[in-house]
Order: sequence, then C-alpha cells, then structure tokens
Amino acid sequence: MSGELRFVQGNEACVEAALYAGLQFYAGYPITPSTEIAEHLAYRLPQIGGKFIQMEDEIASICAIIGASLTGHKVMTATSGPGFSLMQEGLGYAIMTEIPCVIVDVQRGGPSTGLPTGPSQGDVYQARWGVHGDHAIIALTASNHQDVFEMTVHAFNMAETYRTPVILLFDEVIGHMRERLMLPEKGEIAVVDRLRTSVRAGVDYHPYLPREDGRLPMSDFGGEHRYNVTGLFHDMWGFPSDNPGVVHGLLRHLVDKISNNVEAITRYREYHLEDARTVLISYGCSARSALHVVQNRRARGERVGLLELQSIWPFPYALVEEKCAGARHIVVVEMNMGQVIRAVKRAVHNPERVTLANRIDGNFITPTDIKNILRLIEGRGV
Amino acid sequence: MASFKSYIRERFFPHIWCPGCGHGTVLKGLITAIEELQLHKNDIVVVSGIGCSSRISGYVDFHSLHTLHGRALAFATGVKLSKPELRVIVPMGDGDALAIGGNHFIHAARRNIDMTAIVMNNRIYGMTGGQYSPLSGYGVGATTAPYGNIDHDFDVAELSKAAGASFVARTTTYHVMQMVEVLKKAITHKGFAVVEVLSQCPTYFGRKNKMGEAADMMEWFKNHTTPIGSAAKQKDPALIERGIFVQQEKPEYCSEYDKIIARAMGGRA
Repeated sequence: MSGELRFVQGNEACVEAALYAGLQFYAGYPITPSTEIAEHLAYRLPQIGGKFIQMEDEIASICAIIGASLTGHKVMTATSGPGFSLMQEGLGYAIMTEIPCVIVDVQRGGPSTGLPTGPSQGDVYQARWGVHGDHAIIALTASNHQDVFEMTVHAFNMAETYRTPVILLFDEVIGHMRERLMLPEKGEIAVVDRLRTSVRAGVDYHPYLPREDGRLPMSDFGGEHRYNVTGLFHDMWGFPSDNPGVVHGLLRHLVDKISNNVEAITRYREYHLEDARTVLISYGCSARSALHVVQNRRARGERVGLLELQSIWPFPYALVEEKCAGARHIVVVEMNMGQVIRAVKRAVHNPERVTLANRIDGNFITPTDIKNILRLIEGRGV
Repeated sequence: MASFKSYIRERFFPHIWCPGCGHGTVLKGLITAIEELQLHKNDIVVVSGIGCSSRISGYVDFHSLHTLHGRALAFATGVKLSKPELRVIVPMGDGDALAIGGNHFIHAARRNIDMTAIVMNNRIYGMTGGQYSPLSGYGVGATTAPYGNIDHDFDVAELSKAAGASFVARTTTYHVMQMVEVLKKAITHKGFAVVEVLSQCPTYFGRKNKMGEAADMMEWFKNHTTPIGSAAKQKDPALIERGIFVQQEKPEYCSEYDKIIARAMGGRA
C-alpha cells in the first residue's frame, strides 16, 4: 500500500472503498450504527457526478439501488439489523433477477430495536436465510479498517462477477471505531467492471442466457436491448414461466453459481495455525480480541492459532475442516448465542471438540472473556 | 398510426386479464399516447409492481421492470435518478399503489420526481380473488368484507395533490379519448404525474357488487362521472370528477440534483 494515510471510522473506510470500486449510486435510510456511510456519501457522491438519495424507508432504499443498477451503475445501500429485516424482500428480488448490488449491514444488538449503539454479530443467519425460498448468498466481513476496505472492493467485484447482491456484514465496533487506513492507489486492488453484452442492436439478446463460463452479460436499461425483468421464475428472455424445467433450471443456477465457486469467493486470514492444538475461529470485531489472545499465548510458547473468516457465506467448509484437522480444541469466538459455530460444527470431523466463546450483553468481547473460556476447556478453572 | 403489434411483445400473449377487464383498454390507451407522442422505445422504462394491472409492463416492448408488490415507485426512483434522460412510466393497481405502496406513493409525489404514475383503479384485489382495497369504498362487498366494507376510501386526486404531485388527473376506461389526451400530457409533464384510471373488474368487483357485465360497469363510469367543475357536479355532488386537477411547474427532483452536483463540483461540472 502506497497511498494516502487516514485516521477514520470503519464506516468511512467502507465509503472510500465503495468509491474506489466505482460506486455511482446510493440510496439509504438513517439508522445507527450505519448512518455515517450515508452522510459521507451524500457529500462525496455528487462530487464525482454520482447520485445519493435518502429514501422513505429501507424497503424503498434497496428497491431504488436495484433500479439504478439496471441502468448500468454500481450501487450500494447501508443499514443495520431492523433495516436489514425490511430489506429482505428487495434482497430476494435482486437474487432472483440477478442484479448486482452491495448491502452493508452494520450489526447492532437485536432482536427488534434492541441495542442501537451496542455491538453484536447476531445477523449471520439473517444474512444467510432472511430471504424466503431457496437461494445462495455471499456475505463478507472484516476486523480492521484496511480489511474493511479490501472486503468492500471484493464485495463489489463479487456482485459484478456473479450478478448477485453481496452483503457486507460489519458490526458496531468496526463501524464506529477509528483507526488508520492506508488508501490504496488506483490499480493496487483489482476492480471488476460490469460485464456488458456484445450482442449488437437488432440481434436477439437473452438477458438470462449464461455464457459458457456461466456469466450473464448485462444490457443497460435505456440501451438498444429492451427486455423484461421479473421476480417471477423466468426463462432466458426474462419472461415469467412456471415450466418445471425452467423453474428447476433457474433455481439450480442461482444456487450453483455461488456454491460452485466457494474458493474464488472465500477470503480469510490465519495466524499461527501450522501447529496449533487450540484453534480459535472468529470474524469481525471479535477476531481482534481473539488475535490478542493468540499473540499473548504464542509469546508464552502455547500452541494456539486463529482462523479469521472474512467471508462467512458461502461457508468455507473445506477450508475450516482442513485448518482444524490437527486441533484438540476448536473455539468459535463470536458476539451472539452461537451462529457461525453451527457451520463450524458441520465442517470439522470432531464437532464435540468445538466450544463457543461469546458475549451477548451489548459489550465488546474482551481477551479476558476468551481466556476464561480457554482455561475452562483446558481444565485449569477460571 | 403504426400497428399496435409493434408495441406488443406477442411472446407474452395471451395476457392474463379476464374477459371484460378494463386493463386492456388502459394498455391500448397508453400505447396510443406513446405512439402519438412519437417517443422512442429505447427511452421508455415501464416499472410495475404486483397484481393484475402490473402485468402490463411485460406486454409492452419497452424496457420493462416487473417488481415487488407496492414497490414500483421505489424501483422507478432508482431508474430515473440514475438515468434522468429515460421516460419512466409506472402503472399500478389500487391496492398496489395505495395500500402496500401508499408510503412510496406519497413520497414520490412529495419529491416531484419526473415520472408518470398510472393508478388502474378497479377498487378490488383481482389477482388474489376479490378482497377490498383502500379504494373500494365504504359499504362495498368483497370476499374479505362479507358483511359490507367499513373502510373508507382515499380520493386519489386529493391525496396526490396534498402529497405534492405537480400533475394530477382522473379518467375512466369509458372515456378513452380523454384517457389518451391525459396520458400524453402526463407523460410529457416534467414532474410527478398521477393519472387515475377507473377500470372495471367484472369478475370480482362487478359480481360482488351486482354491477352487471363489463359494458354495464362502463355505463356506470359514464353515468357517475362528470368533467371537473361541471354544472352537473353542482347539482349532484356524488358525481366523480374527471379531467386534469393539477398541472403546475415545480422544481423537479432530478433537475434539482443536477444543481447539487454542480455545487459539489464547485463549477467543475
């Protein structure tokens, strides 16, 4: 990294990254702890000829960005738990119609209005299964501002590559904390542009006919190709269909395009895993405390390591299985009553050795909280 | 006039509308208006929600976006603001536009964003089989009002006016010539335009309320409506007025946003 050094909130790091990735349109509704994203973009977007609009609610916000994506723009909205609940309808629509967009959920304590300014990581499964019906989803996260930047760019890239909504699952600690951010130079991180059709005017364009590599080139609304977009099951023309073959084929396509590319989507960091007997698995703000524990214990010669997940969905089962193969203890550190741990238990060969280290009282999980759990597991008492 | 077929996606047909449904008349009125205005097909985006009326978007050979129940105006706002040179037309049903979509409706009107909202008002949820809508009105029959409806209805024109729409009109499927004229003015109006079209649903509203066949329901539109400010209205205040209620120049949202961009760029635009 050789760019400009900043001291910013995580929410601002997300804004910088979105602009770096080519964001041109944002629609949103104020909600703590994500509001700074809207505030910064209201200021920044018109400076580059982009558009910002504050909508009447979160439902309208996600609908507006989907509309703007169809005219050929990179789009984003940001919210927190209660607003994310409202967005599920639009999220399902974007999945079904395969319209690229990025949705930021800066998590706070829930359910309901919950803890507006308290940290939590309780939306992991809302991100995965909040939408009705079978589907696949991409959800990314980060534990520090440099990674917020990288994961935000990755989110836009994945949205364009797979023509799908991508969720950035941040949390209150990351969103509001200030720390250093080195802004990368242009070109330092690869940016995936919209893939547009090469079909000429007057020749039939099939908006939902995948190329050989599985990708679906788009055509901007307002361009030469007039086609239909619908949330109903549809054929390659975008026309509604309840033909069993069409329905089966589309549903398989929507799921397979993501589940067949887990490796390309997956991002993670690992610390001291080579010989670790105790493997901590964490993500987002919790990974900061987990890393602190690992570094302290390594300094004392203990064989402890950390697997930090930066992509949660699709869940990297094979990766987790491989990294935990030699572990006697696997400890999932997260700020909820056990969400990612469910996937971890499915991934490893010894699920009975998987333990939860969590905190659910609206306070940030500390290294001491994790150490206490480790002492219990190791039979050393608290 | 060019063939209607050139504006239709035949692949989509036959359409889903029941015999006697008024929505086909709205479809023809809309196509006629666009043809007479000589608009370019690639410049038009039709955004609709969910319901019988909303299927209209798929039938026409423009850019078409068939969205979620009630959310058409929110999607349309994203389309329009991101590419203001497009002409955005948003046909909606009465339940779609004013029950589940009521909030989006008043806010789109308040912003005065340049698009044409067409409320195809048949006073009933047709697709789900005849439940009362916010435009059904007190005393009507519906499957969810077996003892008579106690919900009062919105007056779409008054609501749109109060919410800030800069063009507001009402017409019916009986008054096709007026429908075409009103739609032409609405589409060329710069700002948020609302056109309410009273449309008949003989299958559900008609049967539940003993209104007769489709032709009888159109007769009803003829006999129970009157031009705005007519002498007949003075005599019989129960008559429904048709015509243009509001047509005014007001700052339009996308144009105002262009000024924001100029300000933010500090003259670099």
